[in-house]
Amino acid sequence: MRYLSPLLAAALTILVGYALFSALGRDPLAALHAFFVRPVSTANGVAELLLKASPLMMIATGLALGFRANVWNIGAEGQLILGAICGGGVALHLEGAASGWGLALMVVAGALGGMAWAAIPAFLRTRFNASEILTSLMLTYVAALLLSYLVHGPWRDPQGFNFPQSRMFDDALLFPLLVEGTRLNASFLLALAVVAAGWVFVHKSFLGYQMRVAGLADAAARYAGFSATRTVWIGMLAGGGAAGLAGLAEVAGPIGQLTPSISPGYGFAAIIVAFVGRLNPVGCALASLLMSLLYLGGEQAQMELRLPAAITGLFQGMLLFFLLGADVLINFRVRALRRAGPAAASAGQAA
Amino acid sequence: MSTRKWGAALIGAAALAVAGLAPAAQPLKIGFVYVSPVGDAGWTYQHDLARRALEKQYGDKIVTKYVENVPEGADAERVIRELAASGHELVFTTSFGYMNPTIKVAKSFPKVLFEHATGYKRAKNVGTYNARFYEGRYLAGIVAGKMSKSGTAGYVAAFPIPEVLQGINAFTRGMRSVNPKAQVRVVWVNSWYDPGREREAAMALISQGADVLMQHTDSTAPVQAAEEKGVYAIGYHSDMSKYGPKAHLTASTHDWTGFYGKLVGEALAGKAQPTNIWGGIRDGMVKMAPYNPAVPQDVRDLVAKAAADIAAGRLHPFGGPVKDQGGKERVPAGKFMPDDQLAVMDYYVEGVQGQLPKK
Repeated sequence: MRYLSPLLAAALTILVGYALFSALGRDPLAALHAFFVRPVSTANGVAELLLKASPLMMIATGLALGFRANVWNIGAEGQLILGAICGGGVALHLEGAASGWGLALMVVAGALGGMAWAAIPAFLRTRFNASEILTSLMLTYVAALLLSYLVHGPWRDPQGFNFPQSRMFDDALLFPLLVEGTRLNASFLLALAVVAAGWVFVHKSFLGYQMRVAGLADAAARYAGFSATRTVWIGMLAGGGAAGLAGLAEVAGPIGQLTPSISPGYGFAAIIVAFVGRLNPVGCALASLLMSLLYLGGEQAQMELRLPAAITGLFQGMLLFFLLGADVLINFRVRALRRAGPAAASAGQAA
Repeated sequence: MSTRKWGAALIGAAALAVAGLAPAAQPLKIGFVYVSPVGDAGWTYQHDLARRALEKQYGDKIVTKYVENVPEGADAERVIRELAASGHELVFTTSFGYMNPTIKVAKSFPKVLFEHATGYKRAKNVGTYNARFYEGRYLAGIVAGKMSKSGTAGYVAAFPIPEVLQGINAFTRGMRSVNPKAQVRVVWVNSWYDPGREREAAMALISQGADVLMQHTDSTAPVQAAEEKGVYAIGYHSDMSKYGPKAHLTASTHDWTGFYGKLVGEALAGKAQPTNIWGGIRDGMVKMAPYNPAVPQDVRDLVAKAAADIAAGRLHPFGGPVKDQGGKERVPAGKFMPDDQLAVMDYYVEGVQGQLPKK
């Protein structure tokens, strides 16, 4: 039943979408077609879908490891930016001296950058017991300003008319394309590798087991002698590293330079993806495909039917709402309770 | 090549030629990419006003489509490509961050004409267009200088790039042209659209003594803040008067209608060429919104005269002598600042308070 609830949520979303489009005076079937079929009706569309899903897949898998252990890393967006800064910084300094190792070095730098940014909330949590929800979220804004400073200042393209952007990276430092004529690049394989590694960690490793116990029953984990500190560190670093990789993959992939805005909120969208994917790496991969389809479908709906962009947000929100709703109703039974006499009486008097 | 293939090629070519001569049965498809939701004021709204004007002007000869709220980054290229691939022959990409994606997509669609707003990269099928927003700023400065009692204006600014600095400096020069002691204070919000921060910045400026606000951001928050605090404001991009009926003196607005209308007319005639336009008051790209009743006639006349002088080339917002904040002469007396220097402006002129954020 737990695994059926995403399907149920999707079905309900489509159903309400159908009613919504009818109410807007659009042909609902055409609208649903534009949303869910048109984007993937060409090879290029499929490539775009996979390209868009890659960062979501990576980040959601990384975050899910922490979420399972009650480590709430909300700052993946900032960790993504740091990954882009570190990996992109390597690219800018390798300019002209590009070798086969350049890209590998950038990948390592990107992952380490994201991890380093995630290490700050991990340290604050384990040393001072500061909530990682707040610290990781607030560091997102710091990361965005840091990127803004770099592209306005030291890393600004000298030929760029003072516009805030870096030089374009050397072609040799970009991920090679997987399919010529599309934008799908080798970072998709990296995303699959992250998902595979996440799956092995969760299902096959003792450490993964310990983290799951820590998430399900904190006291039991402590009684068994599992280190709570280690759980926090692994949870944060997994999310940070994955987000850093995703950031690097964006700048060394479709963007090809550092600009003030790198991600359209992948770090936040990945939180939704992780939950829709049931905090399971394979589920995250599937959920990221669904989420990207909604983005692409939103664009198609605008072009084909002139529906407003807000429809995309509405669809995503509905999906999450129905998913969480289905979960509540599956896990808990709703019963009408008649309140006991005196309480009801006093409530009546108070009113 | 065999004779048969030659024949086929000839027939194909003839068919193409005939198709070229025949009157266009299919409407011209035009695509727009917007960086923010259309909303009811702001940068994107002005582009969409012009798009709607196109539909009115050309009726069923054209079909326009737009995609709004497209982030600058990896997504832009997909949207631009999708528009080109789905038969749009003219694609307007209306934000600076779309520059590299536009150039990339244009390579794969040599028959499609791309027009990119505010960028500097052009190609065989990529043109650029932009407006001399600073001319409108100068006029706004005159209004502010005449209406301010404290002689201090506040400026809510987005990012310290040349376009924004041109605006701040032209506004300051306009203000000082009618009040040589005027001062302009700037608060940077590091965002093109962030109503919360814009409002905070506006409040900070008012508390520092500014009694006229100017903005280079996208939301109406500064105008609303001015209305609330009982000071004046001048809108930007769009006429924002309904957000501050008392505060809103006028606005420095953009009008793309003429440019889009002309280019689409040329495209329908099969004569459209990539543009390289930086138009101003003379081209009708920069206009002032209707005045608040509080603005007296002599001020309106003064602004009208300055506008006419700028259009005629008699007056330049950066006509020498132009001194920067440190007193260094940037343009000698009797000269105008050339476009290539305008395009890389990275300093404040005399009269702007505070330091530019360090590089």
